[in-house]
Amino acid sequence: MARRELQEINAGSMADIAFLLLIFWLVTTTIDSDEGIKRQLPPPVPPDIDVPQAKEQNVFNVKVNFLDALLVEGEPADISDLKDKAKNFLVATGDGIMEHPIGRQTVGKNREVELVTGVNGKTNAAFPERLWVRKVDVRQRIAEYESFLAAAEDENRKKNYQKVLDNWKEKLTTIELLGGDYKELPPSALISMQNDNATTYNTYLQVQNELQSAVNELRDELAIAKFGRSYKELEDLYDRNSEDRALLDKIIAVRSVFPQRISEAEPREGSTYY
Amino acid sequence: MKDQRTTDMGKFKKGNKRGMAVISTASLPDIVFMLLFFFMVATVLRTEEEKVRLIRPEASELYKIEKKHLIRYVNIGVPMDRRYGTQPVMQLNDAFSSPEMIQEWVSNERLTLAESEQSKMWVSLKVDKDTKMGIVTDVKQELRKASALKVLYSASSRERTNSEN
Repeated sequence: MARRELQEINAGSMADIAFLLLIFWLVTTTIDSDEGIKRQLPPPVPPDIDVPQAKEQNVFNVKVNFLDALLVEGEPADISDLKDKAKNFLVATGDGIMEHPIGRQTVGKNREVELVTGVNGKTNAAFPERLWVRKVDVRQRIAEYESFLAAAEDENRKKNYQKVLDNWKEKLTTIELLGGDYKELPPSALISMQNDNATTYNTYLQVQNELQSAVNELRDELAIAKFGRSYKELEDLYDRNSEDRALLDKIIAVRSVFPQRISEAEPREGSTYY
Repeated sequence: MKDQRTTDMGKFKKGNKRGMAVISTASLPDIVFMLLFFFMVATVLRTEEEKVRLIRPEASELYKIEKKHLIRYVNIGVPMDRRYGTQPVMQLNDAFSSPEMIQEWVSNERLTLAESEQSKMWVSLKVDKDTKMGIVTDVKQELRKASALKVLYSASSRERTNSEN
């Protein structure tokens, strides 16, 4: 019998097979991404404590009903307008930040105070009045508390004075970093969101997203104007190097002009529809 | 002169008559297999099975948690298996559960972390986008009672919407 010659198998298509496998793998695997909107829930409130009510103009009310329709500051609104309305609320009475040139462009200019008539007929009554934080006042406070601290003997008191002192010192650094006095939101100003039990989760998240977006955009604008980096970049850099005090000061400066105060109203007991 | 040049060129061509070297592709499969194995090893797969239908909503203001070992997941959605009903339910660690179980679950999960990191635990709420808020609110209230206050509303990314000012 004639011996057959052993034929070499052509391995040229082997690469194609491997590529197919590779592509199949790439397409079918779902990598779990841990991304989302971060929120800090409020600590539980004891039932016997009355939560103090903030002034009407200091609260930006967003309500979502059971058919996913929005009520913003008492008026029906579309979700696409929500971001602008929230931004208006945050800067309506100016932020006191002076304009800053970057190259040829002027960014972060002092926002014009828009005259808006509120529900009660008063102009700008629907917005919180931002208060000036002036260098002279802050310096005076620091001096006051330094003398308090020097005079205090009790450990507990010292600790408390130190806390207040640090707080005022932070404000001084903020003024220096921003290049001048700025206006601060009153402590009670906040964005409040209330939803119904039958609201769809998607709508709820879109509202949260737009509100967050309003704060983030204002922060980015200010951070780029003053420090040449977006706020997110500053935070990312700080995440990587938490020793960097100068970076933290910048973050605090941006935060003190545009604080994040998005709160969720306590769910009402026993009522499906508000 | 002209004739001379053409003949020269002809000679040059004749002298260079060598075949193109064939590059061996025999090692190509090995390279691709190495790529494949690299991807297979490098991708981290979900560790727990999702028992509810989850289509995450899209959002633009996303935050990414770098330290993944600090995250614990709560899934809320309609069960994949119809035998368990068509109403949205909550899934904790591979099993269906009710919101009342959250406090116990949180304290158990805290113990799996190092003591210094127990306060840094994140709870990632993976909620199907068509779920009604009722069950989500219940879960949030229980999380507050359990003092697990850092939550992440899981979402996939999209572009920011434009604003006028």
